[in-house]
Amino acid sequence: MNPIEVHGLHKRYGQVDAVRDVSFSVEEANIFGLIGPDGGGKTTVIRSIVSLLSFDAGEVLFQGKAVDKNVDYVRSHVGYMPQRFSLYQDLTVAENLRFFADLFNVPRNELGPRVEQLYEFSSLAPFKDRRAGALSGGMKQKLALSCMLVHQPSVIVLDEPTFGVDPVSRNDFWQILKTLAARGTTVLVSTAYMDEALLCDKVALVFKGRILAADAPQLLRTRFEEQLYLAATDAPHIVYAALQKSSLCGECELFGDGVHFTLANGATEADVARALADRGTAFSGIRLIDPGLEDLFLKLMKEQQE
Amino acid sequence: MKRTFASIFRKEMIHIFRDVQSLFMVLTMPILMLLLYGYAITLDMKGIDIAIIDQSHSPESRSLVEHISSTDFFRITARDVPVDSVSRLFNSRTVRCVLVIPQDYARELVAAPGPQVQLLVDASDPNAANFINNYVGRVISEENVRLSGHSPVLFNVSPRIFYNPDMRSADFFVPGLIGLILILISSLLTSIAIVREKETGTMEQLLVSPIKPLQLILGKVLPYTMLGFIDGVLILVVGSLWFNVPITGSLVLVLTMMLIYVVTGISLGILVSTLAKNQAIAMLAAVMLTILPTVMMSGFIFPIASMPKALQYVAAIVPATYFMEIIRGIVLKGNTLANLYQPAGILLAMDVLLIVLATRLFRVRLE
Amino acid sequence: MSNQRPAEGDASAKTAGRDGFAVEVQDLTRTFGDFVAVDHVSFSVARGEIFGFLGANGAGKTTTIRMLCGLLLPSGGRGTVAGYDIMRDYERIKLRIGYMSQKFSLYDDLSVRENIEFYGGMYGLGRGEIADRIDNLFESIGLAEHADKLAGSLPLGWKQRMSLAASLLHDPEIIFLDEPTSGVDPVSRRSFWLLIYALADRGKTVFVTTHYMDEAEYCSRISIMKLGKIVELENPHRLKERYGVSTMQEVFLKAVAGSDI
Repeated sequence: MNPIEVHGLHKRYGQVDAVRDVSFSVEEANIFGLIGPDGGGKTTVIRSIVSLLSFDAGEVLFQGKAVDKNVDYVRSHVGYMPQRFSLYQDLTVAENLRFFADLFNVPRNELGPRVEQLYEFSSLAPFKDRRAGALSGGMKQKLALSCMLVHQPSVIVLDEPTFGVDPVSRNDFWQILKTLAARGTTVLVSTAYMDEALLCDKVALVFKGRILAADAPQLLRTRFEEQLYLAATDAPHIVYAALQKSSLCGECELFGDGVHFTLANGATEADVARALADRGTAFSGIRLIDPGLEDLFLKLMKEQQE
Repeated sequence: MKRTFASIFRKEMIHIFRDVQSLFMVLTMPILMLLLYGYAITLDMKGIDIAIIDQSHSPESRSLVEHISSTDFFRITARDVPVDSVSRLFNSRTVRCVLVIPQDYARELVAAPGPQVQLLVDASDPNAANFINNYVGRVISEENVRLSGHSPVLFNVSPRIFYNPDMRSADFFVPGLIGLILILISSLLTSIAIVREKETGTMEQLLVSPIKPLQLILGKVLPYTMLGFIDGVLILVVGSLWFNVPITGSLVLVLTMMLIYVVTGISLGILVSTLAKNQAIAMLAAVMLTILPTVMMSGFIFPIASMPKALQYVAAIVPATYFMEIIRGIVLKGNTLANLYQPAGILLAMDVLLIVLATRLFRVRLE
Repeated sequence: MSNQRPAEGDASAKTAGRDGFAVEVQDLTRTFGDFVAVDHVSFSVARGEIFGFLGANGAGKTTTIRMLCGLLLPSGGRGTVAGYDIMRDYERIKLRIGYMSQKFSLYDDLSVRENIEFYGGMYGLGRGEIADRIDNLFESIGLAEHADKLAGSLPLGWKQRMSLAASLLHDPEIIFLDEPTSGVDPVSRRSFWLLIYALADRGKTVFVTTHYMDEAEYCSRISIMKLGKIVELENPHRLKERYGVSTMQEVFLKAVAGSDI
């Protein structure tokens, strides 16, 4: 029995299908990522799992129990960190922790040791008397996480916990998540950052309410079946414009390091190189590259939009 | 810059016209309130409850009584009760005044100086007392004219003032003000309490926890109850020390009643908080549900008895109506629990009802 | 631009601009009480550059940008933006720059057109001028078919475009984009960057802050701030070579390594 199982989830708001036929399972002690842009349905899926939203069709199981019929159980046992994670700004770090401990009926005698552990975990000890409102973004995140962990849930669900946070803090945060998973906690997390997808054990690409693909990140990349090339350049938009105009490319996408493209039928690398040189477009070389998750996502998104 | 101003003006107009809900409120509420309060606001008094003790039982006395009952100033609520029950009648607010027609009324009419008809007035509301004096005076002079065909005054009335001997407005208004301020503050403070959690987003976090709606609500109610109560005590202290309002009845009773009333305000605030979408609406609703009904319809200034029947029913669901009775009763008349168990009971029932409603309507899901 | 004489009546106000720099700051500093938010920062940005501003939250990026936008007075140092002095002429600066804020603060209950007209008015454009420009703007940004829809009904990618359009109506020389692609899907993000490139090619200078490290590579130069100072200022590809890594993510982590808070 997987800690979280979703089968055929369907949620509609008025005329709009926010979530369509979504199914996935999160295995124990795994980190499962819901990856995708805002408005794609990640938050709706997550809220349905923690019983904050009812759904129109499908089944959601939390530790084997149907979520819609066991609301109290879910809410007492899951660790949830909502998108606008909310700490009480005018309470100190210590007071916030104490509040959440009390909220979840953490036994009095265990409160001390758990808080100590959390401080070590999050390096927040020197700030324990500082008001939450005065913490930096990265620290607030860690505090929110600590508050969620104080009742030692075995399953945690986080909705875009690293939103708007700089790469260093994001990195720290994900290290913490990995440590938690290594200790046996099951983690379901959503994010719009593609690079975080690589840190998950399994990933589902969510777009317009549907799951485009779901698997371990390394396996997902192999789903990009065609050969992918990179035309490296300092001015990617110029190369992009040039390639778009030519009929040599199948797919063609802008990237920071240049343009990723596939070849159209019958075209070769050399053809492309020549076409670029003929136009006087500067580029530093063409080579084969391994497709990344973003390449796959772009491809699947475009397919879905047709 | 004129253009910048014009831009902002135009934008605001668009916002206003596209927000149908608010527009509806802004246009229809004033009309509604005008109709409602237009009828409530009357300083004239009608249907004043009077007890007539006719000790004469003569055709002449009956004519006087007839005269009185034919006006709509007075409503005869008690007749021929024993004189020593007058205190009880006043205490239970059954009547506001008593007319005692002496046994020798008919006989004395034809002899000077005329009979001693007594008017006993509950002056805890000094304005009402004045009206009563005037109306009775009017009735008496009409009766005089009728009897004698011209003006010599055959008899007069000696008023005896019960309570509030100096007929001080302060003694009447200050307790009333306590009622107004208490409900305003207690409901306002709490109306934003729950909505704030919704607006800042902490509600989402709280919901996914073992907490039950009742725990959340009570947990929020208690601190504000304490604050509101302290407020009430402060007002009472200032009222009595600065305005010299005497506290005739039991202080403990006053405080207990204030507590019950504060809880009513708070429960109302919580209910509003549960239903409102944001803090602005919550505050607006709290004010409209407390200040206006309290000022207009609770008997704070305008007598309820003078309002149209329909509005009197409305007044019956305004908590302040009951508190006014209670606090004026204790402060000015020395009422005890025995006199006040009815309004107190109603307030208590309102407390329970509001809290139950708030708990029921509390939304445990995010949609 | 370097040979232009200041316009009539404008002689006193416009200073530099001679060297063609859109933005030039030296020893720019800002303190809040004891806290030094921006610590003697110096850099120049040429016209038509796409300049990326990276750094941890609290490193001083937002404060620096506010000073450049004329929203905050520096505590020390000097600089010019669009030729105007940031200490003296900040009101004029505001009219020459466009600002696209994070999360696009636009009015959901107004249509795309109404939103943009409003912002045009905010920048002092008359109704005639706005009417002239708005249709061209819609064409170039690709918003024409959505012009009369309510902003609240648009998906995020379109809101982003609308927000960009609003910041461009008064034809500013420099635009500041504050995390413009937050949460937007990868396809829309790319369309957006193509728009940015087009703007830069037309001579507009673009300042961008972002937490998407892969987008940092679209910039011609990026600066990384740490604790109020600039620790790196360089072309992103050069930076990757220098640090011997293949992604900007790694560059960033190494550049700000060791910073707590």
